[in-house]
Amino acid sequence: MISIFQNYGGELLYGLGQTLLCSIIALFFALIIGSGFAILEVVPNKFFRIIARIYIEVFRNIPLLVITMFFYVVIPMYIVEISGFVSGTIGLTLYSSAFIAETVRSGIQSVDPGQMEGARSTGLSFWQSMRYIVLPQAFRYVIPPLGNQFINLVKNSSVLAFVAGFDLMYQGNVIASDSLQSMSTYLCVGVLYLILTLPLSYYMRYLEKRLA
Amino acid sequence: MAMIEFQDVQKYYGDFHALKDINLKIEAGETVVLIGPSGSGKSTLIRTVNGLETIQEGKLIVNGQDLADRKTDINRIRKNVGMVFQHFNLYANKTVLENIMLAPRIVLHRPEDENKQVAMQLLDQVGLQSQANKLPAQLSGGQQQRIAIARSLAMKPKCLLFDEPTSALDPEMIDDVLNVMKEIATDSDMTMLVVTHEMGFAREVANRVVFMDDGRILEDDTSEKFFDGEPTNERARQFLGKIITH
Repeated sequence: MISIFQNYGGELLYGLGQTLLCSIIALFFALIIGSGFAILEVVPNKFFRIIARIYIEVFRNIPLLVITMFFYVVIPMYIVEISGFVSGTIGLTLYSSAFIAETVRSGIQSVDPGQMEGARSTGLSFWQSMRYIVLPQAFRYVIPPLGNQFINLVKNSSVLAFVAGFDLMYQGNVIASDSLQSMSTYLCVGVLYLILTLPLSYYMRYLEKRLA
Repeated sequence: MAMIEFQDVQKYYGDFHALKDINLKIEAGETVVLIGPSGSGKSTLIRTVNGLETIQEGKLIVNGQDLADRKTDINRIRKNVGMVFQHFNLYANKTVLENIMLAPRIVLHRPEDENKQVAMQLLDQVGLQSQANKLPAQLSGGQQQRIAIARSLAMKPKCLLFDEPTSALDPEMIDDVLNVMKEIATDSDMTMLVVTHEMGFAREVANRVVFMDDGRILEDDTSEKFFDGEPTNERARQFLGKIITH
């Protein structure tokens, strides 16, 4: 393992950086998109609820690899040239956003409906009630399951390896075939993934404690 | 002009006919108590007045606007029609003071100094000024309900709806809440519609008593006639007999 780090440290570090970058971008947008669709799922307007339902079911029920391949192969063919990193990040964002949407929706629905009624009865609009009363309480409920989604997202970023995204997994594959030391290489890769996910895991646990 | 007027209102939950041929007129400044057995539609009726439930047929005019009209801005009606719930529905994530100040700040754009002053004054009125910075979960049910009343009053509404405000409270705390409600009824020109089983309250402060059963209004009397005379309706007599002997 040590020799892998010594000989291929640069490549591994670069891969770690790409994985981190992809995860941060995907996490940011997946959280926004996911929360948006979660709210659309509970609005009074039926049309919006159906749109949200379709979005979530489509991206939740297609394998991440298929979504990513679609962006990697189809989009460049007809629309615009995008790199493996970009298509992988988009695929990961859409896929994760569907799961985050389901998580946030369940959080919203676990807030007592009386909270919304209380707010509406004082003249606040649906959106104002959501923003000031329901969502702050919902996010408190969803921090633990959201933490799971974030960790899954980081691990799922390994999909980049299939589309030449130069992430940690991709570099691992390259190093393994170059060094012929598969076991040590993938052990190194595993350790590096832990370096990303363990702090995230502990941070979510800390947040959970602080907000509980 | 009447503050609340139901004209041939029908309400359905799917196939279930929850409100049947409701005709009811409540003048500004009146205190009306709505009674009836559970499942009779009284909560449904009171919830239609501020649009928490929609009606399917008829007209429901509140503060001059028809709630059945799709163009009516429900938030504008709710500015003038406050509601107090059985389970208080205080915002669990906000302090007592913030519970009271939120709607005036966002909906009425009341300046912050004035908003706080009004809120503290209301807290004083309900006897809970010392609890201003606590969270609702730290208070007793009776205290929470008085805060909920203060929250409604902060909007300076013309009309207040009470949906079984004391049903979820320990007996000892009921009086504190009823006293606050009595004060509002007697010291202000607030229009009040109250769903309650507190017959003492009804007798003492209500101008009228409306009795409902099975989605219909069966009796609509002045409270003197209802309690001292006899309700004309047999079902209402039965109900009153039971509730008073208990």
